[in-house]
Amino acid sequence: MNVFKNTVLAGAAVAAMIGGAQVHAARDYISIVGSSTVYPFSTVVAERFGKATGHPTPKVESTGTGGGMKMFCGGVGTNFADITNASRRMKDGEFKDCQKNGVNDIVEMLIGFDGLVIANSLKAKPYDLTLKDVFLALAKNVPNPDGSDTLVPNPYKTWKDVNPALPATKIEVIGPPPTSGTRDSFAELALEGGCKNFPFIKAMKDADEDQFKSVCHTIREDGYFVEAGENDNLIIQKLDSNPDALGVFGFSFLDQNNDKVRGSSIAGVEPTFESIGDKSYPVSRPLYVYVKKAHIGVIPGIKEFVAEYTSEKAWGPDGYLAEKGLIPLNDDLRKKTAKAVRAGEVMSGEGL
Amino acid sequence: MIEDHQKKAEQVARGLKRRYRAEKRFRFYGIMAVAFGLLAVAVLFTDIITKGSGAFRQTYIQLTVHYDPEVLDITDLRDESQVALGNFSGVIRQGLYDRFPQFSSRNDKRELNKMISSGEGFELRDRLVENPSLLGRSETLWLVADDDIDTYFKSYGDSGGAFTGRVSETQRAVVEGLKQSGDIRLKLNTNFFTKGDSREPEQAGIWGAVVGSFFTLVITLALSFPIGVAAAIYLEEFAPRNRWTDLIEVNINNLAAVPSIIFGLLGLAIFINFFEVPRSIPVIGGLVLTLMTLPTIIITSRAAIKAVPPSIREAAIGIGASPMQVVMHHVLPLAMPGMLTGAIIGMAQALGETAPLLMIGMVAFIVDIPSGPASPATVLPVQIFLWADSPERAFVEKTSAAIMVLLAFLILMNTTAIWLRKRLERRW
Repeated sequence: MNVFKNTVLAGAAVAAMIGGAQVHAARDYISIVGSSTVYPFSTVVAERFGKATGHPTPKVESTGTGGGMKMFCGGVGTNFADITNASRRMKDGEFKDCQKNGVNDIVEMLIGFDGLVIANSLKAKPYDLTLKDVFLALAKNVPNPDGSDTLVPNPYKTWKDVNPALPATKIEVIGPPPTSGTRDSFAELALEGGCKNFPFIKAMKDADEDQFKSVCHTIREDGYFVEAGENDNLIIQKLDSNPDALGVFGFSFLDQNNDKVRGSSIAGVEPTFESIGDKSYPVSRPLYVYVKKAHIGVIPGIKEFVAEYTSEKAWGPDGYLAEKGLIPLNDDLRKKTAKAVRAGEVMSGEGL
Repeated sequence: MIEDHQKKAEQVARGLKRRYRAEKRFRFYGIMAVAFGLLAVAVLFTDIITKGSGAFRQTYIQLTVHYDPEVLDITDLRDESQVALGNFSGVIRQGLYDRFPQFSSRNDKRELNKMISSGEGFELRDRLVENPSLLGRSETLWLVADDDIDTYFKSYGDSGGAFTGRVSETQRAVVEGLKQSGDIRLKLNTNFFTKGDSREPEQAGIWGAVVGSFFTLVITLALSFPIGVAAAIYLEEFAPRNRWTDLIEVNINNLAAVPSIIFGLLGLAIFINFFEVPRSIPVIGGLVLTLMTLPTIIITSRAAIKAVPPSIREAAIGIGASPMQVVMHHVLPLAMPGMLTGAIIGMAQALGETAPLLMIGMVAFIVDIPSGPASPATVLPVQIFLWADSPERAFVEKTSAAIMVLLAFLILMNTTAIWLRKRLERRW
């Protein structure tokens, strides 16, 4: 009788102790959440910071930009993240959400750029695309080929149909699923960039922004665009085995696999470190890191972490982040941002 | 009459042939099914092993480093801030320049610097702190090479030519020189078994994830086994048979089939948002996996209790045992092997789970080896997931190697379960 009772009681006691004791324990490590695109960069900084200083290595979660913003703006206190990564700027709604939950002072840090590439296998010929070609090949609805200002379901089957200068291979583009931030950026930068070439669609932007977005951001679902899951290594494997296909992924994957795949040039510009940095390559996006000012001094090490992030040996042109594929800001912008961030200047929330 | 018999016999003989053929076919289908399964396993294993075996060995470069106090900028080793700021990578750099004086241009020097793993500076720091007399002296060491050099060196003899995409002319010349003097070599990759995660593939290890998995499973077992067994005993031995217990039974069976991500959402809503348990720690992981494995343990434990013959209970009651004594002295010990088997299978299932952990922050980059159930941790399958998603080429083999480690643990657990069953099982 006693044996059974004791076991149950002991089990319950252990459970209560483990659960209870930890609930309000102070956190002594930095908690970082947010974009999976910035994750490879923030993790390198976190690791170096942990090894070089006596502080525990920050914990970095990859939750996506939107998910990260939610956790970051949830409130002030050790249960909420200290820093969030973003592959786009904070939205006005998110900023207001932050303010509502008491996260008033946010330090914004532009860390660099990331390029999106449309690549194919080295076994096939290189493509020279324009954003208009990309839009026509991949959008769900496209302007009527007869030239009238109407939209029709995408009729194009081969690249030659889209643009006579391109080869007569079937359109087959492997890319990320809708849950991915890369997909959002691709729609926003590449498709919308091509979409604006049509005056009647561009006019839509002022008249009805929602309709403009649905026209420009919707990717076709009739099999010509293949969703490959979040794993970019898988896309590269597929391109390697299928020379006719093209794939969409981040520049750092191209950089690591340049013996298998090649980035197509867009409007004559090849995706390289330099062309993305000086913005002549059009499909690039800014990467941000947001820091909660109220946590500086509460969670140890945030100030030093930010200093490490903005040091030349990290984000400079020869820094270790560039080695990992981050495209650095120009010298002036780096200096200006580092100064502002280290001084703890907070966002005003204007112009978001 | 006799003719009739002969006719029947002929009929039977003909039918017999057909029946034999049918049986043969049936057996053949069975063998094919088994062969297909084995083939799938064989393909999986050969793929993982060929890809992953390289990760157990790592390229090392032998180099003489001089702990020059001037380069290090350290005058007093007792001063911690001096040691922390010491320029240890500068010492390695100097060692490389001394070894290859022919590469003196700025560009060549930069290429040289990239050849040794950036984590090795910290190794030197630890060595110096441990052995202060090294300051001002020289030492010849095997240092871990950078992952690009590692990938290049490992692909040296490949039929398609070595992978040169990420190494420069200078670096190739250096590797050639080192190879001739025998100063570059593949050695056992100790980092892989002793370190936590890292963004540098050559510094990344599986130990952090193994420890995280261990703490998570200990908590899962400590919670789910007693609760599961208690529930099973009550339902089997004491509960009245009525609509309520039927309802409970249906629900338990249902829960066993619920996709595991749902338990993650439940854990997020209850444990993190309501009870404010911190994210990313083995405690929360264990709690969520407990929810997930409970139904499995309850169901197998009930089956084990059911398998104890009623005669045992009746005999015990017959000589005056109370129902409690019947359970504690007879039913439970006899059902224990079955329950343990169920628990181990449940644990093996929990060990391989990632989906519910996604919601509670255990899919995270964690470098430090977890020191207890309350420090942030990740688990083995999550580590595999994270590495599979990394851009660096050298992580491909690390991913497969981690899968091999996970499979080894799973095989070990399942073999234990079978062994326990064989060993302790009693037939009536």
